[in-house]
Amino acid sequence: MKFLDEYRDPKLAQALVADIRRRATRPWVLMEICGGQTHTLMRYGIDNLLPPEIELVHGPGCPVCVTPLEMIDKAVEIASRPEVIFVSYGDMLRVPGSSRDLFQVKAAGGDVRIAYSPMEAVELARKNPGRKVVFFAVGFETTAPPNAMAVWQAKREGLKNFSILVSHVLVPPAIRLLLEQPHNRVQAFIAPGHVCTVMGYSEYEELAAQYRVPFVVGGFEPLDLLEAIRMLVAQLEEGRAEVENQYVRSVTREGNEAARQRMFEVFEIADRKWRGIGEIGQSGYRLRDEFANFDAERVFGVAATRAEEPPECIAALVLQGLKKPVDCPMFGSRCTPDHPMGAPMVSSEGACAAYYRYRRHDLVAVTGTIA
Amino acid sequence: MTCPVPIMTSDRVLLGHGSGGKLSARLLSDVFLRVFESPVLARMEDQAVLEVGGARLAFTTDSFVVKPLFFRGGDIGSLAVHGTVNDLAMGGAEPLFLSAGFILEEGLEIETLRRVAGSMADAARSAGVEIVTGDTKVVEKGSGDGLFINTTGIGLVRDGVSLSASNARPGDRVLVSGSLGDHGITILSEREGIGFDTEIASDSAPLHTLVRAMLDALDGAGAIRCLRDPTRGGLASSLNEIAERSGVGMELVEAEIPIREEVRGACEMLGLDPLYVANEGKLVAIVAPEAADVILGSMREHPLGRQARLIGTVTGEHRGLVTARTPFGTTRIVDMLAGDQLPRIC
Repeated sequence: MKFLDEYRDPKLAQALVADIRRRATRPWVLMEICGGQTHTLMRYGIDNLLPPEIELVHGPGCPVCVTPLEMIDKAVEIASRPEVIFVSYGDMLRVPGSSRDLFQVKAAGGDVRIAYSPMEAVELARKNPGRKVVFFAVGFETTAPPNAMAVWQAKREGLKNFSILVSHVLVPPAIRLLLEQPHNRVQAFIAPGHVCTVMGYSEYEELAAQYRVPFVVGGFEPLDLLEAIRMLVAQLEEGRAEVENQYVRSVTREGNEAARQRMFEVFEIADRKWRGIGEIGQSGYRLRDEFANFDAERVFGVAATRAEEPPECIAALVLQGLKKPVDCPMFGSRCTPDHPMGAPMVSSEGACAAYYRYRRHDLVAVTGTIA
Repeated sequence: MTCPVPIMTSDRVLLGHGSGGKLSARLLSDVFLRVFESPVLARMEDQAVLEVGGARLAFTTDSFVVKPLFFRGGDIGSLAVHGTVNDLAMGGAEPLFLSAGFILEEGLEIETLRRVAGSMADAARSAGVEIVTGDTKVVEKGSGDGLFINTTGIGLVRDGVSLSASNARPGDRVLVSGSLGDHGITILSEREGIGFDTEIASDSAPLHTLVRAMLDALDGAGAIRCLRDPTRGGLASSLNEIAERSGVGMELVEAEIPIREEVRGACEMLGLDPLYVANEGKLVAIVAPEAADVILGSMREHPLGRQARLIGTVTGEHRGLVTARTPFGTTRIVDMLAGDQLPRIC
C-alpha cells in the first residue's frame, strides 16, 4: 500500500534497531504520549525489538481513556432523552459510565449514532429540525479544529438544534504535571504527531528548555516510532535536550495556523479533569461564551456529578509511566477490556488494553515455531 | 465507590450481541443452550449433522438483515442463498434443498421484492439447490427494515467426513481460500453515512464446489479437521472459536494473510482491522500437516480458491489464543472481540 508500506519495511526497521543498539550505552526511560503510538508499538511489538537499555512507558494520550466518568454519565443522560440524536466517535460508545454505556442507552431506545466527523452531526441537525442533535466532542488538540468548525458552521447557519458535549484536553499541561512529579522516571518524550500537526511544536520547546528533557515529534507507523526513538537516544547520549521533528511529512514548527484560529474563535482554555489522573489546571478547552447556545451541558442543564474510580486501579501510575499495566494485580483478571476497572483498559489505545489485547501471551511465554 | 459496569451483563439485547464475538457466544449459552438441551446444538457447529434413515443429513438456518439490500457483488437475496449453502458446505455436505422465509415491512416496493426473489432464484439455480418451501409475513411500517430473509437448508454429508471446530490438533495447518474483508468493506462503503468510495465488491459466493474439490483431493477425508466460513467477526473470530473449542493455540504469519490493497486502505482509513471484517465467499480450513500441500493445490485449481494460502499453524502452546507473527519478527495476539469492531477516534 503506497505511502504506508514504506513506513513498515522490516529491513529498514532492523537497521534502525541496530543503530539504536549501537547508540544506547545506558538505561533510558522514554515515553510516547499518544495512544495511537502506544497502539502501533504494541501491534508491531516494537518494544520487544529494542535493546534492554531502552524502556518505553506509555503516556496519557488516549482521549477515550482520559475522558472522566462524569462526562460519560452526562453523555448517557443526554443521549437518553427522546428528543436527542446523540452522535459520537465509535469507540466512546462502549466506555462504561457509572451505571451504563452508550450502547445500552441505544438498546433502551436512545438514538445514538456513530460518526467519523462532527460535520455529519451538523448535517443530521439540518435534516432533523424537530430533534436536538448533540455531538460528543472528545479528544486532544487533534480533534478540536473539526469540532470548532462544526460549531462555527452551525452558528453561521443559525442552527438551533445542534450542540456539542465538550471534553477536550491538551497535551502540554499533562506533560508538565508529569515532569513536576517527584518520582518522575521519564527522561525523554515522543511528542504526539497529530497534535503537533495542528499546534506546531514551539510549546514543547518551552518544556524542553525548562525541564532539560528532549522531545522528538513522532509519527504513527513502526518506522516513524523507531526513528523517533533513535533520535531521542542520540539526544540523551549526547546530553542534548532539544525538540526535533521526525514527522516532517505532516508537522511544521508553526503547525496549522488556520485551524488554530478557528479553534480559538470557538474554544478557550479551561481547567479539566482527566480520568485516572485528576484535575489539571488550564489543561483543556471549553466553548467561549459567544457559543454558549451550542454547549450541550448548558442546553440540557446536566448537573455536575462526581463519580469515583475504583481505589485499587493504578491508572494514575500507569498514565505517568511509574508502573506498567502488568504490575497491576487486577490486570487480566478482574480488569479486562470487557470489564474495565479504569481508564487505560477502556480503549484499545489505552496502555492496559493494548497490553491485554496484543501481549498477554507474553505472560504465558510463547514458544514453538511457525511454518 | 462507583464501579464501571461491564456491558457483558446488560439486561437488554445490544447490537454487539449480533457481532459474532464474545457477546454473541454469551447470549447463546446464557439464553438458548441451557433451555434447548440438545447435545447436537451444544456442539455449536455451523450446521447440525443428523443420522436419519441411514443417511447423514446436514441441517442449518440463517437470517439475513443486511443494509443496503443491494450492494456491489450481490444483494440480500443471493446472500441468503450463499450463506446457508456455505453453512452446509462447512459441514462437508452437498446442499440440496432450501426454505425461504420473508419478513416484509409494510410499504416495501413490490419491484424490490421481485428483484430480490429473482436474485435468489438465480443464486439457487447456479448453486444447484432448490427452494422448496417458504413463508411470508408482513410487519407494520417501522417494525422492520424493509426486508429480512431467513433461509434453512438441508444437505447430505458424504461418507467418512466429520468436520468440527473441536478437531484441530497441534501441528495442523491453517489455510484460507482467498482475500479477506471484501464483503464487510463493500457493505461499509455503501452504507449511508460512511461517505467512502471503493471499487471493492462483495465476495458472496457458494463454497460447496470448492469444498467438494478439497475433499476429492484426498484419499481419506479425515485430513480436513474443520472448515469455517468467516462471516461476521471475520477470520479472527472463526480462528479464536476453533482454538478455544479444540483447546489449541494458533500462530499465524501476518505477511501470508491475503488482503486486497483496497481493503487494507479502507481499513486504515476507517480504523478497522481486516481480520475482523466479514466475508461471504471465503473459507478457512484446518488440515493435517501431511495433506496441506495437496489440499492447497486443489483449492488453487478452483475458481474460488485461486488466492488460497497457508497462513499459519496450530500449536500446543498458549492454548485458546491465536497469535500472529508480525513482519518485524515479533508476535501479537489476534483476540476475540467482545462486540462489534469500533472505529478509533484518531
